[in-house]
Amino acid sequence: MTLAALPPWLMAVIASFIVLNVVIGMVTYVTLLERKFAARMQSRIGPYRVGPHGLLQPIADALKLMMKEDVVPTAADRHVYNLAPIVFLIPCMLIFATIPFAPGLGVADVNIGILFFLAVSAMEIVGLFMAGWGSNNKYALLSAMRAVNQIISYDLPFIFSALVPVLLAGSLKMSDIAAVQQGSLLKWFIFYPVIGQLAFIMFIVSTLAAENRVPFDILEAESELVAGFRVEYSGMKFALIQLGEYAHMIGSSFLGALLFLGAWSGPGPEYLGPLWFLLKAMFVFLFVTWIRWSFVRIRVDQILALSWKALLPATLALLIATAVVVVWRTSAGI
Amino acid sequence: MLDVNETTRVEMDWSGPERLQMNMGPQHPSAHGVFRAILGLQGETVVDVDAVIGYLHRCHEKLSETLTYAQYPSIASKTDYVAAMTSEFAYVMAAEEIGKFEVPRRAQYLRVIVAELQRIASHLLWLGTWCMDMGGALGGGATIFLYCIREREDILDLFEALVGARLLYGFFQVGGTRYDIPDGWIEKCRATIDRIDSRVGEYEQMLEDNAFFLARTQGVGVVSRELAQDVGIAGPLLRGSGVNFDLRKNVPYSSYADFEFTVPVETAGDCYARYKVRMVEFREASGIIRQALDKLPSGPISSRPALKSVAQIRIPKGEAYARVEGPRGEVGSYIISDGSAKPYRMKWRGASFSNLSILPHIIPGHKVADVVAIMGSVDPVFGEVDR
Repeated sequence: MTLAALPPWLMAVIASFIVLNVVIGMVTYVTLLERKFAARMQSRIGPYRVGPHGLLQPIADALKLMMKEDVVPTAADRHVYNLAPIVFLIPCMLIFATIPFAPGLGVADVNIGILFFLAVSAMEIVGLFMAGWGSNNKYALLSAMRAVNQIISYDLPFIFSALVPVLLAGSLKMSDIAAVQQGSLLKWFIFYPVIGQLAFIMFIVSTLAAENRVPFDILEAESELVAGFRVEYSGMKFALIQLGEYAHMIGSSFLGALLFLGAWSGPGPEYLGPLWFLLKAMFVFLFVTWIRWSFVRIRVDQILALSWKALLPATLALLIATAVVVVWRTSAGI
Repeated sequence: MLDVNETTRVEMDWSGPERLQMNMGPQHPSAHGVFRAILGLQGETVVDVDAVIGYLHRCHEKLSETLTYAQYPSIASKTDYVAAMTSEFAYVMAAEEIGKFEVPRRAQYLRVIVAELQRIASHLLWLGTWCMDMGGALGGGATIFLYCIREREDILDLFEALVGARLLYGFFQVGGTRYDIPDGWIEKCRATIDRIDSRVGEYEQMLEDNAFFLARTQGVGVVSRELAQDVGIAGPLLRGSGVNFDLRKNVPYSSYADFEFTVPVETAGDCYARYKVRMVEFREASGIIRQALDKLPSGPISSRPALKSVAQIRIPKGEAYARVEGPRGEVGSYIISDGSAKPYRMKWRGASFSNLSILPHIIPGHKVADVVAIMGSVDPVFGEVDR
């Protein structure tokens, strides 16, 4: 029996199983990558003891987290508290559903792929708020309030900046957007004159905010709110939240690479496509990490002001400008 | 800004619908030790603050009554463990004033060198921890912190070569210093100072060109000149509020009159002004060290014979107050002697303690995130606050 002979639902199950496991594997090793990268920035060595060059460190960390005691505060709202990590994790994993990793290689290349990604990634706020509320902790509560503030404020710029490539490609389907950018380097949307670069910068800024990374990590803010919404979590529940955060980060990096950096376009034979895509996603990830480890955090009111007064009008104006350019180019036939 | 006078009231049992009472510390990542601030919040805005101290009390003043003048300098280190040399300095100066002991010029120069090295080390730790308060242990703040720690390590290496200890020294002795500098130390010291000077320039670039850093510090935690003088804060805080007062310049002690240096003064009174003052002090301190190394006289390091027993130093009846300019401001020591080998009574004046009393005046009206930025800019060391 060949693979093609399997019923479609079984194919989907197998594909999503593989993607899920690859994502979880990637998350563990991306943490190592970030730690090594940060260590180099700070003139340190980073994890080095477990395995050669610390290569087994993520596995040791995972084992440690699994063995830790699972503490539930007596005053916590048990059901909400226990459910929150899962509610948080599911949307973070779901965002990989519509990403094609190469032509035809993905779980579901639906025709509203981008919309699905944006909608699902906005849903993680439910898990965040449940964690903050259910912990019955003042730090966590403040953090949950900040989370709602921030994610609502930054979803719109995030969506608007992600829609610029959609307009340029003329499709919401992820594989179409990637296909338009194939062929030459100059077809990548980041090299689209003016619009491409501006949209990329805005995309990175709003991604930082949506991922809760420094300088926008006011939800976690360990110097004032200790660890924010996850201050009461330990063991595997903490690991699930961490897994979700990094999965979201990797997902956003893939989205950035797909929207702006030409997805799997690159030299060499076609089967190297997924590798190029991965490298570009890691480039976006390291770019975000680089920002993270060189900035100080800004205050909640400044974050909101930046979003509503600067980023939102700017992305909206850029989106309108893109639409005008696209309409003009189609009518002029350029 | 909310009205300060109306909102500094502390209501522990208040449980109205709009206010949240939040405990920050004593176990908290940015408590700078064991500070406890009970914040009253309206949303994100702090409307009242109650500062609780005393979690690190170790009976230092009582302890000094049981230890002799030869023993206590190494314990004095533990009051302000970030700037251990400064506390020793104040203690031995008070004892010397009662006993009218001469201090040889070489010892005076050595004292100035270690005190200024200590100032650099202390400011490095302040810069690192303050940036970590604002930037997070998982962000750019940690990067600055690790850079600063790397430089501070070089100074601790110098101290280790000099004394054998890295944090608590016992370098000062009534009548002079306990140790002389080893061979090659001067060259090593010069190289370290030069390196730190250039690296401090890098930090300035990294921070001052960063719009987010400016947004977090400028206009935050403003201490007016009048408030600064009324509350009695000292050191970089006072100079950041426009008061030109530095004990090294205004009341020169030891050999500070021999050296050329300027006292930085900023008038804005916010966190950024305090940052600027300390950044200039880095340069001024290394300038003083260079001059002292150039002019270092030869001769004995103590006017008194080497110690053979702990009760060897006896001081006549009398009392004296000696004060030095520490990294955090005026550090004073008041000794009452009854003629024995131990003080009858000893009193510390800690700079951190009086600086901390500014917090309830400036924190209300700011956001929660500003509390840690202001706390960090005050630079308290709780060993010195609680003693």
